[in-house]
Parts: sequence; structure tokens; C-alpha cells
Amino acid sequence: MSLQKPIMRGLLAKRLRFHLPIAFGIAITVALSYKFGVTEPRKKAYANFYKQYDAVKEFNAMREAGVFESVRPSGK
Amino acid sequence: MLRLTSSRLGSLLAGRPTAALTFSIKGRAASQQSHEVSEPVDMSRPMYYDRVDMPLPDKPYKDVLSEAEQKLKQKEKGPWSQLTNEEKVALYRLKFCQSYSEMRAPSAEWKTVLGGMLFFIGFTGLVVWWQRIYVYPPSPRTLDGDWKAMQLQRMLDMRINPVEGLSAKWDYDKGQWK
Repeated sequence: MSLQKPIMRGLLAKRLRFHLPIAFGIAITVALSYKFGVTEPRKKAYANFYKQYDAVKEFNAMREAGVFESVRPSGK
Repeated sequence: MLRLTSSRLGSLLAGRPTAALTFSIKGRAASQQSHEVSEPVDMSRPMYYDRVDMPLPDKPYKDVLSEAEQKLKQKEKGPWSQLTNEEKVALYRLKFCQSYSEMRAPSAEWKTVLGGMLFFIGFTGLVVWWQRIYVYPPSPRTLDGDWKAMQLQRMLDMRINPVEGLSAKWDYDKGQWK
């Protein structure tokens, strides 16, 4: 019953060779999917919103709804 | 084959605290052969332990050997090829209490733990329910349906989160959710 001599050296290097690419891959994937799943759509949403944003119209609508204290709704 | 005595039986019945990394108190039981009220172990002397992460204990499992066991130890001093398989196993069992597979053997403790956890979580649920009925003060009026409706209307009027959030989902022309 003679066993093979077990591997005595390079255990950390072997583990890193296997796990580091995976770790970097997952990290980069997560970062890219956050960028393209969250930040880019958000930037587009804001850009689109402000393309058709009429500040005065919005202000008047809010004023009529009565949320301001500096200006009352127009009318009685 | 040399059979270990009631100390082994005691370890089989002990069950509970035999997770892989707990110190075993079987060393004490062995030298006092299952006497229930035992005096405290002298921790200043080498102790026996069964640990998966530290394979070679400071002393053999059995140090008080009977006659037959002592004769076996004498035979161990000679060539080992003359030992039978049963004698080799007996010598191993003199030195060690549990083998690695015995140390690592799964127990059914997780069922008790899980069951106990769920039982107490359930009991806590009953306690919270009772508290909801008998202890909690009346809800503040800001949580009434009417108040919350007025609050939502005011938030829409103020155009809260108009880009991606609340007001973005409200259709102002039609007066309904998009």
C-alpha cells in the first residue's frame, strides 16, 4: 500500500491560477452589466425627460395644484 | 480483537457535542472508565483530543493498559509484519479514539437545530400577533387610507421623482397610472 506523494508546494499559486481569472471575470461582468443596465438607461431617461421639459408649464401646473406657499393658485 | 470498553459506548451515546472541531472529553472518560461524577481534568498535562485540523494528539488515547494490551505493545516493538490485521487495528484504537471518517461522520443534529429554530420562530409569530392585538397603541392618523390618498395626490402635484420614479409613472393628461 504505497501511496503517491501528495503535492507539497505551489498550492496557493494553483488556486490563484484557477480562481483569479474567475474573480476578475465576475467583477468585470458585474461592473459592465451595472453600467449598461442601470447607469446608461438612467442617463438616457434624464436626457429624454429634459428634452421635452417646459419649466414654466410645469410650474403653472404645480401652482394650480396649490403646492406652493409663495404663489397662490391663480383665480379667486 | 481487543474491544474498547464502555468509554467507546459512552462516546457513541453522547452524540450531541461531537462536531468536528470541538474538543473531546473522551480522554477523561477513558482513564476513569465511565464514572459519572469525575474530578476536573488537569489541563496542565498533555490531553487527548479528536480534531480534524490537528491530527496528532499530545498523548495516546489509552495510557492505562491492561495485561493483554501491554503484551500487544511489546509485540509492536518487533517487526510489524508479524502483527495480524486485528492487532494493528487494536493498536490504532489504543492510540486514537475516533478515526477521521468517524470524526467527520454527519450527525442528525441539524434536524434538531432546524426544528428548534422554526419552532421558536413560530412561537415568536404568535407572540407578535398577541402584541398586535393587546399591546400596540392605535395607529397614527397618517396611516389612514384617506390621509394616504391625500398624501399621494400632493406628491403627484409636487412632481416627486418625475424622471424615473413616482410622477414618471402617472399620466397627468389622463389622470391615471400609466
